[in-house]
Amino acid sequence: MNVHEYQGKEILSRYGVRIQRGIVAETPEQAVAAYKQIAEMTNSKFAVVKSQIHAGGRGKGKIVGTEQRGVQLAKSAEDVERISSNLLGNVLVTLQTGEAGKTVNKILVAEDAYYPGDSEPKEYYMGILLDRAKACNVIMASTEGGMDIEEVAEHHPEKIIKEWIDPRVGLQAFQARKIADKLGLTGEANKEMVKFVGALYKAYVESDSSMFEINPVLKTSDNKILAVDAKVNLDDNALYRHPDLSPMRDKAEEDPLEVEASESDLNYVKLDGNVGCMVNGAGLAMATMDIIKLSGGEPANFLDVGGGANAKTVEAGFRIILKDPNVKAILINIFGGIVRCDRVATGVVEAYKAIGEIPVPIIVRLQGTNAAEGAKIINDSGLKVYSAILLKEAAELVEKVLKEA
Amino acid sequence: MSVLVNKNSKIIVQGFTGSEGTFHAGQMIEYGSNVVGGVTPGKGGQQHLDRPVFNTVEQAVLATGADVSIIFVPPAFAADAIMEAADGGIKVIVCITEGIPTKDMVVAKSYIQGKNVRLIGPNCPGVITAEECKVGIMPGFIFKKGTIGVVSKSGTLTYEAVDQLTKAGLGQTTAIGIGGDPIIGTTTKEAVELLMNDPETEGIVMIGEIGGGMEAEAAHWIKEHGTKPVVGFIAGQTAPKGRRMGHAGAIIGGADDTAAAKMKIMAECGIHVVASPADIGATMLKALGKA
Repeated sequence: MNVHEYQGKEILSRYGVRIQRGIVAETPEQAVAAYKQIAEMTNSKFAVVKSQIHAGGRGKGKIVGTEQRGVQLAKSAEDVERISSNLLGNVLVTLQTGEAGKTVNKILVAEDAYYPGDSEPKEYYMGILLDRAKACNVIMASTEGGMDIEEVAEHHPEKIIKEWIDPRVGLQAFQARKIADKLGLTGEANKEMVKFVGALYKAYVESDSSMFEINPVLKTSDNKILAVDAKVNLDDNALYRHPDLSPMRDKAEEDPLEVEASESDLNYVKLDGNVGCMVNGAGLAMATMDIIKLSGGEPANFLDVGGGANAKTVEAGFRIILKDPNVKAILINIFGGIVRCDRVATGVVEAYKAIGEIPVPIIVRLQGTNAAEGAKIINDSGLKVYSAILLKEAAELVEKVLKEA
Repeated sequence: MSVLVNKNSKIIVQGFTGSEGTFHAGQMIEYGSNVVGGVTPGKGGQQHLDRPVFNTVEQAVLATGADVSIIFVPPAFAADAIMEAADGGIKVIVCITEGIPTKDMVVAKSYIQGKNVRLIGPNCPGVITAEECKVGIMPGFIFKKGTIGVVSKSGTLTYEAVDQLTKAGLGQTTAIGIGGDPIIGTTTKEAVELLMNDPETEGIVMIGEIGGGMEAEAAHWIKEHGTKPVVGFIAGQTAPKGRRMGHAGAIIGGADDTAAAKMKIMAECGIHVVASPADIGATMLKALGKA
């Protein structure tokens, strides 16, 4: 589960990670009030207004049709009011949002951490994630803060410091010291970084996160180390033991069809193609999407109905797929193992009748237990449904209906 | 011969008396698997499906001599069940459970390292040696005894491949569902290696998907050590970057773990890569020179 920057920072802060302080706002009035509090707290007129959407690249991204950036510096309450009015309720397009962009419903009014002082502020990068091959967590750090880390990895792999954590003993103090040292930090800043790494790793483990990306981590002019941004991804499988974190889910950031599907316990991902599909099993679902592409179509979605492909789940699946106006055909692909194909076929017929007229051609491929009986039920139903048993036949039918469409 | 499980395997079921455990243990017994008992904490001493129930794996192993365990324990307790099986002397642990927190699996995987035990899964359909021993949830009737080994991250896609093989007249030795999670006990390469070393296996089907580097690792190993034809398929050629496709591990992170990148490496390493999952059976026939 993805969370917003302000929520990610809240999680970090609970474990003692120093963060750039800020207050979240949903209206320009709240933003101005937040600014006044921040200004008083920092004794500075500078503050940063940051769009809160589930995508990176906000600083360079722009509000559709304007030159308004997603992150802006404010020097007065008037600035904050103007900037927040320009951002809130409008659509921000960044490199990561795609052309459609995302609506800004919340902004974070944050302190300006780049104040002048004895030394120059400097930005670093820090991430924590699972190294699948080594089956342990790895902390990655770099002096190239603020940059796209994938680009750094490609062009300057030597600038990425990696420290793998032995799951039996956890992060050791010397590992945090190694990171601080390799980042070139000395004196007070070095000590602060050691503390920062320790607190950050504790936050990662105890919140059951699956990814942290803190870019940038800032060394301030007075040698404090703090998280200016926080991209936090929580392990969905572990949310059951974090009742305090699960409410952080922001459904407004998700595709409405995906939200509806999750309420029916369907695993659905919206895509941009013209052929919808409904499949049992994630691997077969991906393979079915590939078949659609090879047959001249583009998959409109990923949809795994899981082990219980019955009339109820099939109907819910139909309704969700049909809400996508791009869908020109639907392919149902069920390999009946424990689930019998005749039961699935009956479910498809019942779901079809419950919905009434379905305006696009439907191909039902049932294979496995009682496949022939399933095909007979489909063929005898009188509905405008094509049936197939072999995967090859299903692919050919997709090609055929797309040509006729 | 076959790998991992055979007619002599003595199997216990962890989570024996739960609904999943009961249903699938029944199916396994019907297939002919030698299920010798099960474990459900607090229910030791009872009989279930005409077999003894034990409180701990240790007791079950002492009483029955079990060497294989299959786990149907709910996600919150499954990592603990894996470690208990390893501690209790089980040699092959098959974990079916889907949805185990990654943090728990990192600990469990680390715990079993260095012990004489093989973990298959979690989040997998299990292992089956055709017409001998099913330790999993797959539909047994699609499997036919033969000479093809199957390694796959996915359940129903495995059934698809096996069904095509059987219809093409190619039976199977052992099919290994390694699981779709980011942390799994046995990698693609390790499963391929087991089958490559099995004298009865003449060809291998290797089914992967987007995410991670396991297929590339297996492909490089096959190039170096392979002695049998391998047919490969990667699901998710049309999957977008950064979105989780059902399986927790099926997410494209960078340029290396897309389907296209994996298929390219596999082809370069001499694997017969199919673009369409409908071509797995026919391609294996050709690779064996039987088409």
